[in-house]
Amino acid sequence: MKRVLSLLVENHQGVLSRIAGLFSGRGYNLESITAGVTTDPQITRITLVCQGDDSVFAQIKKQLQKLIDVIKVTDLTEARALHRELALLKIKARSTDRGEIFQVADVFRARVLDVGLDCMVMEVTGASEKIDDFAAVLAPYGILEIARSGLISVERGKKQ
Amino acid sequence: MKITGSELLVKALIAEGVQHLFGFPGGVVIPIFDTLYSAPQIKVVLTRHEQGAVHAADGYARSTGRTGVCLVTSGPGATNTVTGIATANFDSVPIVCFTGQVSRDMIGNDAFQEADIVGITRPITKHNYLVLERADLGRIIKEAFTLAASGRPGPVLVDLPVDVVRELGDPEYPESVSIRGYNPVYRGHAGQIRKAAQALRKARRPLFYAGGGIHIAGAVETFRKIVQKTGVPVVSSLMGIGSLPGDHPLDLGMLGMHGTYQSNMAVTHCDLLFAVGTRFDDRATGDLSKFAPEATIVHVDIDPVSISRNVAVEIPIVGDALQVLEQLEPLLEPPSIDGWLRTIQEWRREHPLTVSNQGSSLLTPEKIIQAICKLYPQAIVCTEVGQNQMWTALFYTFRHSRSLLTSGGLGTMGYGFPAAIGAQMGNPGRTVIDIAGDGSIQMNIQELATAVHNGLPVIVAILNNGYLGMVRQWQQLFYKRRYSSSCLMTGADCPPQCPGPGETCPVYTPDFVKLAEAYGAVGMRVRRPEEIEPALTEAGKSRNRPVFIDFIVERELNVFPMVAPGAGISEMIFSEEGRK
Repeated sequence: MKRVLSLLVENHQGVLSRIAGLFSGRGYNLESITAGVTTDPQITRITLVCQGDDSVFAQIKKQLQKLIDVIKVTDLTEARALHRELALLKIKARSTDRGEIFQVADVFRARVLDVGLDCMVMEVTGASEKIDDFAAVLAPYGILEIARSGLISVERGKKQ
Repeated sequence: MKITGSELLVKALIAEGVQHLFGFPGGVVIPIFDTLYSAPQIKVVLTRHEQGAVHAADGYARSTGRTGVCLVTSGPGATNTVTGIATANFDSVPIVCFTGQVSRDMIGNDAFQEADIVGITRPITKHNYLVLERADLGRIIKEAFTLAASGRPGPVLVDLPVDVVRELGDPEYPESVSIRGYNPVYRGHAGQIRKAAQALRKARRPLFYAGGGIHIAGAVETFRKIVQKTGVPVVSSLMGIGSLPGDHPLDLGMLGMHGTYQSNMAVTHCDLLFAVGTRFDDRATGDLSKFAPEATIVHVDIDPVSISRNVAVEIPIVGDALQVLEQLEPLLEPPSIDGWLRTIQEWRREHPLTVSNQGSSLLTPEKIIQAICKLYPQAIVCTEVGQNQMWTALFYTFRHSRSLLTSGGLGTMGYGFPAAIGAQMGNPGRTVIDIAGDGSIQMNIQELATAVHNGLPVIVAILNNGYLGMVRQWQQLFYKRRYSSSCLMTGADCPPQCPGPGETCPVYTPDFVKLAEAYGAVGMRVRRPEEIEPALTEAGKSRNRPVFIDFIVERELNVFPMVAPGAGISEMIFSEEGRK
């Protein structure tokens, strides 16, 4: 099962490597990891998506909590949380296909960032599944490149 | 007034009460050793290899309960500490290891003797630091000492670029630090403790499972009080040995792959397994589906990660063994378990530990270890890894806390001798004995020079069978006696497939007696059982020289009982013939 964890960590060099190393060293499955500084420049928020059954996931949480540089671990899998991912897609688009592609982009609320003679670049944000769907719909035209940010999440409501 | 980084480091060591520092110098740490040269409060023990320095600091820490400290240079000096650090990490030993590093502007340039030791040791330390600002140095050293010794102890590495060490800066060493991501829980949850006490009251076949955490937490007295009060029998992990005196009627001995029959049977049939300070290591549990199948499991541990990792636990209690046992003690009442104790007595009688070739003129490890125990019952005993370790665990009767120093988790050959050196440094009045195999003693034999130069009367009892004995035992039992690379006598003239040991085997090398003498130590050789005690008595008379006793034992003896790898712990083998 796919799980989402939000971590607050010390903004120290090597923290990402400690976390990534924990996953690789212990054979846990890490799907995506994103990091960015919070309003407190000494604290970084990391959102990570991982896979595992209940007992593995319990271990992952405890192992992360055990890292000295990890201040807080929050499980957002079942929480009232907002999850977003951003993707940039470069699509093969002959002039004859453009109209159709624009329509698809409109449905997914994607933005066109660049149009060339035979390709275009689009930006789309949303839940990871939406991006999967968007990519699937565009696949027949030919996706030349895709870059995905990995998931970022925040809980709803006031509680930090 | 500003002081250099190295002056602050030495000031910090003195403030931490460090009396011994185990180390080896090199380019980038010359400034630190220079400062140490005028610090008479700290005795610098120069080992002959950095691995020896870390094991010595480890033996010092395990035997005294104080934090062991090492200092080595960058690059190879640092990488040589890796095995020592991993050993300490596995067995929760407090060590602070300082490594030199190239100057900050050179880091990442593949400078001479540069290694990313923080990256290398990240998964084998409790935490580690690269000091990038002189201003952070005092705080980081304080954090390192705080982390190493608190919570579940462990090694902390501090990497010191040479220019940080030379830089002038703040002279202050903080008295305390708070680390916001680090809040170990010491006190157990009162509700969980009540539940555990109730489960123990109600149990009909209860069993304590004592781990190394009992020694680390200083909980031995409290634990013994609880055992006395409740009359509940005890099995120990390798690290937990000595929680109860080995000759106590309720002590069943070690459990696991080479556990006693009564221990493994008791675990298999108990209805309550009350574990304290242990990790449920696979060598202790065997096949998990057959481990304590009838039991409710209580698990007290300071490390939440250890709980419900290998074995599902019904009553988890996160906390320090001493505090939790103190909270628990007033709530306990003796359960009525006479029938259970009788069953255990029967198991004891059914398969007692046996000394191979008892009564014969053949020299065997069990006879030697029993003699060591008889002559030196108060000793600090170190072991290497393999058969020597298991025989020691089974045949030496440990009665005191912190008196068995052995690499339990990582299983590091070459641990015992340098650990004995560290233990002797920290316990000048006590007898320190390393029970070694002829294979493992050679892994850090260079430390003989350290022991000689420091006048340490460490006794090394080499159980010399000419084999990497435990490997050979597995090959005999599970690989059709194909002794591939496990014979330490193998020579150029040996046939490719060994027919077994015999008269034509090449002469053993090295000659440990001559080797000891070459280093200025005492060397002895023992070939017959009646020579054991005189040799050990003679060895005990040495006041300032290490003693190597080369015991030429029977070559193909095995450690029994044994549980085959992957089997359940009640499926035990008691002889070569017992192997199906």
